Amino acid sequence: MSAPGRRQEPLIYDLSSPGRSGISLPESDVPHTELPSDLLREELRLPEITQLDAMRHFQRLSQMNYSIDSGFYPLGSCTMKYNPRLNEDAARLPGFLHAHPLQDPNTVQGNLALMYELQECLKEIGGFAGVSLQPAAGAHGELAGVLMMRAYHMARGDEARRKILIPDSAHGTNPASTTMGGLELIELPSDERGNVSVKALREACGENVAGLMITNPNTLGLFEEHIQEVVQLVHDCGGLIYGDGANMNALTGIIRPGDLGFDVMHYNLHKTFSTPHGGGGPGSGPVGVSERMEEFLPAPILTIIEEGSEKEPPLYGLATPSKTIGRMKTFNGQFGVLVRAYAYIRVHGTVGLRANAEHAVLNANYLLSKVRAVYHLPFERACLHEFVVEGRWSDAPDVHALDISKSLMDFGFHPPTNYFPLIVHEALMIEPTETESRETLDAFADALLQIAATAKANPEELRTAPHTTPVNRIDEVQAARQLVLCCRPKYLSEPSPAPASQS
Amino acid sequence: MLTECGVESIEDFFDIIPEQHRFPEMDLPEPLSEMEVLRELQELSESNAEASHHPCFLGAGAYNHYLPSLIDHMLLRGEFMTAYTPYQPEVSQGTLQTLFEYQSMICALTGMEVANASHYDGATSTAEAVIMAINQFRGRRAKIILSPTLHPQYRHVVRTYTQGMGLTILGDDDPAADLDDIIAELDDETALLIMQYPNFLGELEDMEGLQTAVHDVGALLCVVANPIAMGMFKTPGEYGADIVVGEGQPLGIPMSYGGPYLGFFATREKYVRKMAGRLVGETVDANGQRGYVLTLTPREQHIRRDKATSNICTNQGLMVTAAAIYLSVMGKQGLRKVAELCYHKAHYAADCIETLPGFSVRREKPFFHEFALRCPAPVADINTTLFDDYGLIGGYDLGQDYGHLENHMLVAVTEMITREDIDCLAEALRAYT
Repeated sequence: MSAPGRRQEPLIYDLSSPGRSGISLPESDVPHTELPSDLLREELRLPEITQLDAMRHFQRLSQMNYSIDSGFYPLGSCTMKYNPRLNEDAARLPGFLHAHPLQDPNTVQGNLALMYELQECLKEIGGFAGVSLQPAAGAHGELAGVLMMRAYHMARGDEARRKILIPDSAHGTNPASTTMGGLELIELPSDERGNVSVKALREACGENVAGLMITNPNTLGLFEEHIQEVVQLVHDCGGLIYGDGANMNALTGIIRPGDLGFDVMHYNLHKTFSTPHGGGGPGSGPVGVSERMEEFLPAPILTIIEEGSEKEPPLYGLATPSKTIGRMKTFNGQFGVLVRAYAYIRVHGTVGLRANAEHAVLNANYLLSKVRAVYHLPFERACLHEFVVEGRWSDAPDVHALDISKSLMDFGFHPPTNYFPLIVHEALMIEPTETESRETLDAFADALLQIAATAKANPEELRTAPHTTPVNRIDEVQAARQLVLCCRPKYLSEPSPAPASQS
Repeated sequence: MLTECGVESIEDFFDIIPEQHRFPEMDLPEPLSEMEVLRELQELSESNAEASHHPCFLGAGAYNHYLPSLIDHMLLRGEFMTAYTPYQPEVSQGTLQTLFEYQSMICALTGMEVANASHYDGATSTAEAVIMAINQFRGRRAKIILSPTLHPQYRHVVRTYTQGMGLTILGDDDPAADLDDIIAELDDETALLIMQYPNFLGELEDMEGLQTAVHDVGALLCVVANPIAMGMFKTPGEYGADIVVGEGQPLGIPMSYGGPYLGFFATREKYVRKMAGRLVGETVDANGQRGYVLTLTPREQHIRRDKATSNICTNQGLMVTAAAIYLSVMGKQGLRKVAELCYHKAHYAADCIETLPGFSVRREKPFFHEFALRCPAPVADINTTLFDDYGLIGGYDLGQDYGHLENHMLVAVTEMITREDIDCLAEALRAYT
């Protein structure tokens, strides 16, 4: 029953013992002021634990994670490339780490200069007239983009434009952002080569169209073959083009979305520019825009208040675009993430960024060449930075993409993205990134081929995988049916009574 | 490798790219080696003033608190830092259990029943509370009341988020309105009332009676709370809040010029399915062993798409890890002590400064670690003197947002401020008497 990798770590509350503490704090060096006793809480049920025990607890928890640092992480559309530690050191420089976001701009010129430079670099990389660094994540950038498209049409008195066209291969965030922004979705089918259907697009284009949201290369890892015609059709009907920059790692230095006529795009700094994913965040999702959209950018943006001279650097400041959609969050974006991305861009430069995209595409095509004889490729084309294959075989009817994924864990790999995009059956979406070696790709391909053989010879082995991870296959249904979302009630007091007069 | 791919050169992969736009010239700075980049960034960093060298009396939503060393050592562990969202639970139990423990500690701190795995920051959590309330009433109620003493940027973000939703947002038209004034706006069209505790001016509003007023019209109550204050004061849960949100930065996260932070979000169990954001639940594996997994995902965008409760598809994972470690290490006694240190120091500062002629502290209500100080000169001028002559980072200029508080400085005092710092501030202000 107890397989090699099986581990369990007690909950932090289980390690708690009354009277212990993990920190020493100074006594107050000022006279005490009487506390307002009627306002004080009686009980605070936080753990009581020594620092060493806390350290071991979180250390052991960390060891139950798979990460880029542990091994190959080909999670499609997530661009799990190496996160250089230089960038961590950079973000921890005291002037960046301990500056207060509301300080007088004169006292934080270094931060403003860095943000300004990053803003200019992103304009150049994407081919855009303006960039706002505010949005906190890709989905946050999408919401900003939808709101900008809405504001653009409203400002022109074009209020009937309420429809956003979205290909059926799109990330789920695109439709969700559309709804959140107060616009409505029209889904477009894909054609037989994995492109958005130009025919369907032509039919959908009209006076009610606010714009098209498109991911290019799309989530199949395929460059839209008719992208210029697509842009033309949407622009001709008065709509705007939103680019989902999730897959920008295929295109840096290869083509600039702005040059293709894209009006808005969000960047994922945590993908393309290698800032760590942190177990689900923080990300950063700056938005770039064409000239006609500039005045709608989320506030604030960076500006030069006073040009510099040979002796003096410029004076940088924050500015509010004239018709801004507003602030997307407090303060100045995910600044620490911006520092990391800027350091990354400075190390790579024009040549390096292009080489990264080229090698990401090479690695994906190489891996595809190794497995395509065994895993069905729904669209027979060369891919860009990622590819999607089907994880199913007619002679192994009980094996699903999920089983393949779980089995990969036993080979020491992180699985690809599963069941996405929705238009491919049993999808396995694989993105190797440029930072992996040929040897790693070969080992992963071997694992996939071995799993395919096992699927036919011994499907049960796959269906019970993984066998070597800290826990066995997790029961997601029970989690949803019997909700246990915190350590209550064993450790915590009963919650305060719910409001009585609630309907 | 090229041979296996069936191409002759790496450029061949890009034949599909429209030729006139292929391989553009980009005017980026020349690439540098690691040591050169670090040197350049060091120079930029050193051109900033920051709170580790300058006593910081600036708060207004971001606070300079002590960061236990353990936190960053753990955040730098690649297993936490370089993992993605825990979609594959079997190889993500570390992140998942950490998130579960964070959710538990946020429930304990806020006095609520469920908490999600976080939003981007306090302001976006607040905006998500608005959307949750609108969904709870299925669009039948479209009025949102904001207290004017809710952080100005939070009010701004709520309006940005909801600009396409056709809501009526009011309550803060008069920046001087108090809690009674906004209670008077409640009616059966109201979905949600949002107030801040302590409020933006640092004051602890009288919470008795608030929940009754809100619930009598069938609306929901959202309290934006400071997590350190909850280390000593009664929880919003005890005051009948339906939703408690706030900025998690004070929980062991560096100020980092505004981010990344985290927005905590807690509510009553009965609203859990209307709550947006990542949520971790406890379950078992195939052998019956305890394990954790992202749950209630059918609410989320990757399944519901345009019908999702929000488009959010991450949380602030690593920042949540920081907060979980902070709350564990501080624990029951430590957090209370930090809160009390802040309280005593802020009150000592207020007591010292208000002895100076021309200065007075707003004291109609009790305050926590921030107070509004009426000054005899423009705050910007005073702050310039404080910085240039004394090396102090002065407080927030309230006149920017509150017309009736011109020449009022919002002074924040955390446990990082020493008695000497406060005496220095008082001495510096004496020049204006």
